[in-house]
Amino acid sequence: MANYSTNDFRSGLKVILDGEPCSILDNEFVKPGKGQAFNRVKLRNLNTGRVWERTFRSGETLEGADVIDLTMEYLYTDGEFWYFMEPDTFEQHRADEKAVADALNWLKEQERFEVTLYNGAPLIVTPPNFVELEIVETDPGLKGDTAQGGSKPATLSTGAVVKVPLFINQGEVIRVDTRSGEYQNRVSKS
Amino acid sequence: MGWQPSAKLDTLRARARLLGRIRSFFASREILEVETPLLCNTGVTDPALEPLTVERGSSIAEPRFLQTSPEYAMKRLLASHGQPIFQLAKAFRDGEAGARHNPEFTILEWYRPGFDHHELMAEVAELVRYCIGGRELHTYSYRQLFRELLSVDPFTATVAELQALASSRIDTGALTGDKDLWLDLLMSHVVEPQLATRGMCFVHDYPASQAALAQISEVDGVQVGHRFELYVDGLELANGYRELTDPAEQRLRFERDNLQRRDRGLAPRPLDERLLAAMAHGLPQCSGVALGVDRLLMLASGHADIRDVLAFDWARA
Repeated sequence: MANYSTNDFRSGLKVILDGEPCSILDNEFVKPGKGQAFNRVKLRNLNTGRVWERTFRSGETLEGADVIDLTMEYLYTDGEFWYFMEPDTFEQHRADEKAVADALNWLKEQERFEVTLYNGAPLIVTPPNFVELEIVETDPGLKGDTAQGGSKPATLSTGAVVKVPLFINQGEVIRVDTRSGEYQNRVSKS
Repeated sequence: MGWQPSAKLDTLRARARLLGRIRSFFASREILEVETPLLCNTGVTDPALEPLTVERGSSIAEPRFLQTSPEYAMKRLLASHGQPIFQLAKAFRDGEAGARHNPEFTILEWYRPGFDHHELMAEVAELVRYCIGGRELHTYSYRQLFRELLSVDPFTATVAELQALASSRIDTGALTGDKDLWLDLLMSHVVEPQLATRGMCFVHDYPASQAALAQISEVDGVQVGHRFELYVDGLELANGYRELTDPAEQRLRFERDNLQRRDRGLAPRPLDERLLAAMAHGLPQCSGVALGVDRLLMLASGHADIRDVLAFDWARA
């Protein structure tokens, strides 16, 4: 991979820092009028999700990281790995538990996910912001009670448990915000 | 490709008003406005400044340098005429781009024969007040400021102590360097942000290694450069000196700059012999200061990004 100088650091650029693949979030040029120039760089460690703020001497370089984001279809799991497919080439990729950790609650077959590949292997699987999932278990709904507050737990087909309004029934499909894990609305009645 | 300006019309109006106000400030003090060449035969030796170069043209036999500041030419005028002068000009610094930097910027520079740096600081404060209104005023020596905010004496601390202190506050990774690197890092990353709530802050009497073109003398047992910086609301706005007038010492500093350039893997630069000749003729005792006009406009118009106060920023130029 190419090397990038601090002048080339842009938000979204993927580089290797301390052996870890990182995505640059922010790059601030800091230079006292008569002193030496620095770049104060915010990076997300793609392995751990941790955000680093590291200061470099201006002009220093970092090696680019072979990281690409691809949209893939989730196929199945064998309990140890989770399998994804590139829809155009049908090429399959095997993600481990660490890579799917953030998506685990929302993995639905045939649904499309963003898979970040690092050196060709899945590093992170990111769910879409909203997913539609069926409720497989919840207390019976209260008829006509569509306006009242209050909620109850519901188990989704993926095993995730979300809070839903009291009028929602087992078998119904709901829309969930994967970032907050919150119920959004009812999509259909079964 | 966007053709539109980066600044809004009311900011352009504020710029025009500001330039008018600066000129009226100096006119009322009978300080002469001058213009000097932007494209110069020699650049600067300062290891931290990179000029942009014009390589070709039928008028030039050798590459010329776009000025990083009008300092040398203005000092030649001072040596010749000895009267107070100011200039509003464009200056260029390669590689300096960000929220507070544009590689091409507007600089205000002025010189006061007979002033020491404290007298000039007072005048800088008056100009800033005249242009952008009052702020509480603080004056700290560099030493005092580091002692207060970092509990360290920047003059006596060792490189290892400063490195340890910087690394405890900032993720410095594999950064290595001399004492000035760690001081610059602490100043820009730790001290400067804390000045944001202190209005107008002058910092003066820098370590001799950071004197640049300021006179050096002994104060409280240490060698200090009579240089000052002004921070307004945490934004570095101006840099001034009680000017070095000794041509032999000036030549030594240029040569020392070139040694530092070599150590940092940079090509040495020819010395400005015209400036040295002017100093040999006699530069009056004086103080001088350079102030970033775009930054002054940022403060006047409440913008945090320099691109918002330029008609066309670097990317749109």
